[in-house]
Amino acid sequence: MHKFGRRLTAGVLAAAVGWAVSLGTAQSQEPTSIKVGWAISKTGPYVGGATITLLNAYKLWVKDVNAAGGIQVGGKKLPVEVVEYDDRSNSDELVKALERLITQDKVDFIFPPWGTAFSMASGPIFNRAGYPLILVTATTDRAPELAKRWPNSFWLLGTGAEMANGFVEVLTKLRQEGKIGSTVAMVSVSDQFGIEMSTAAREAFKKGNFTLAYDKAYPLGTQDLQPLLQDAMRSNADVFMAASYPPDTLAINDQARVLNYNPKVFYTAVGTAFPLFKGRFKENIEGVMGTGGMNSDSPQFKDYVKRHVEANNAEPDRWANPVAYASLQILQQAIERVGKVDRAAVIKEIQGGSFDTLVGKVKFEDNLRKDAWQVGQWQSGEYYGIAPANKEGAKAPIFPKPAWKAQ
Amino acid sequence: MLVVDILLTGLVLGGMYALAAMGLTLQYGVARIMNLSYGEFLVAAALGAYWAYTGLAVSPLVALALVLPLAFLVNWLIYQILLVPLVRRAKNQGMLEVDSILATFGLLFVVQGIILLTFGNQYYSYSYLSIPLSILGSTVAVNRLIAFAFAIAIGGLIYLALTRTRAGTALRAVAVDPVAARLVAIDINRASAFAFALGGALVAAGGVLVSMFLTFNAAMGVVFTMKALIVVIMGGVGNLLGVLVAGLLLGLAETAVARLVDPGLTLAVTYALFLTVLLVRPTGLFGRATR
Repeated sequence: MHKFGRRLTAGVLAAAVGWAVSLGTAQSQEPTSIKVGWAISKTGPYVGGATITLLNAYKLWVKDVNAAGGIQVGGKKLPVEVVEYDDRSNSDELVKALERLITQDKVDFIFPPWGTAFSMASGPIFNRAGYPLILVTATTDRAPELAKRWPNSFWLLGTGAEMANGFVEVLTKLRQEGKIGSTVAMVSVSDQFGIEMSTAAREAFKKGNFTLAYDKAYPLGTQDLQPLLQDAMRSNADVFMAASYPPDTLAINDQARVLNYNPKVFYTAVGTAFPLFKGRFKENIEGVMGTGGMNSDSPQFKDYVKRHVEANNAEPDRWANPVAYASLQILQQAIERVGKVDRAAVIKEIQGGSFDTLVGKVKFEDNLRKDAWQVGQWQSGEYYGIAPANKEGAKAPIFPKPAWKAQ
Repeated sequence: MLVVDILLTGLVLGGMYALAAMGLTLQYGVARIMNLSYGEFLVAAALGAYWAYTGLAVSPLVALALVLPLAFLVNWLIYQILLVPLVRRAKNQGMLEVDSILATFGLLFVVQGIILLTFGNQYYSYSYLSIPLSILGSTVAVNRLIAFAFAIAIGGLIYLALTRTRAGTALRAVAVDPVAARLVAIDINRASAFAFALGGALVAAGGVLVSMFLTFNAAMGVVFTMKALIVVIMGGVGNLLGVLVAGLLLGLAETAVARLVDPGLTLAVTYALFLTVLLVRPTGLFGRATR
């Protein structure tokens, strides 16, 4: 009994001291930095797109923010610390990395991965953990439904349907002006993006009274598209559209030139806005239409390109990369307005607030950005947005696409 | 004309497949190394050609003359340092295959890592001799035609070397039966090293040539390895003529299906053809019955 009593007392005393000490240390534990993390494809088939569109923008943003001293939280400026994982273009790895960021590294904010498929895969995880998910490379017609299911998700690039509808609007106007007929030849890549975009396009074409004279899909990774182009040529359509990914976008443009395939309107999807596209095809980019667009004459954007080249030794793509940078500007402004690292409050601020960014003013409606660029075109060596036609910075389309020149 | 279109495009595509697979048949057939890092060397050579063309304005055809001996040397060194210990301790062929698969799988990541460090993650692409040429009313790009011509020329040359020269016959002997080859005073270690290095030089040549018209990035090596493996096995392991014929057949089948049926079935027809050949002739089109 005697021994018991002494041990008990000692135990209680130790616990009391421990509790007092922890109280003291907890109170003096203030954040000295904002920890952000991301899991992105640094290897595997998605690495090309992920680097050009997201990773370079993320890195430039961190550099810019830390050069200015950090993010203003409450009374002080907190620098940004980064935790980075490679998801190896593999969705299992992505999920593991995200869980690690949330439970082990306990980062304050997480930036999204690349591609529509991975964006949707990360939705449930971000939602459960309460992190804001400001999506850029996610184009799916399910965005409105998913935005309702995950109120912490924000969709910046528009949907496949909007892009297809924007393209059909451009075509409708051209048809009204008597410049083209009603036939279209379309090819699409058999991956999430290509399937969604071509499905949306079929709907939009039907509604706009256009007929699809040729409509075929090809497997992901195909770089020999001459057979499809030859059949598209035989269909004699005025308009050619490809819902394609970067390697096939480049292959289609190259092979169309070899075949001397000169439809009046020529559209390839992802990759058209890449600086690599301009580098490979030089003067032959003139008049080629593609996804998205950019207000490329704005001095803010020209300065961005300069800084991007300095930081990453490469130019940004002219569509989603600036939007990725803008998504982080939105995050920063939301954190600064809330005044502390409170994810729920930040989410609310993004839902309701209006933000000044590199791509203009952004205000979400039901977590969706409804005025994203839908169609762009290379004009005189730069990529501009041409639809929606009433958006600031929109240019009139060049018509017809000039014939391919020898290269 | 549709038939000419299909023939021309299909043969040129098939030539590219054969070109990409020739090295592997030598490495697997003679040196008995199942080289999983094969595609990485193709990508490395392609990126080297890209750098030579965009950075130094050296035409890829000229770069070929530099890349071939360099690739030969590098692969010879890899064989001596990484693979000879495996060859020495392998008690039979099955063990060597398994060991070499594991070792070259690791080599795959090493080479890919070096490529990523040197070139980064983006897509690389350049245009060289992308000029249309009209043959019998059908159009083909000059650069693809050159790749096809090289495939035929290199394949033919090596085939002749293997059948008409003493050294070549020694290589074939090692491919047929390494133990018996030793009995007739063939140095199988030297022969295997030579075959492995030659295979590496061939895949580098393939990489330089296809870089003229394909877009590639550091992650694409595996795709090429898989395609090469199909062509090699379909044609019969160790047989160069088999690789040529199998590659051309695959190219023709893919193009025909893309034009006549549906472009979405190109992968399906490739594997269907592969499976059919293996069902009818399990050792490949020109393969040997025993190994």
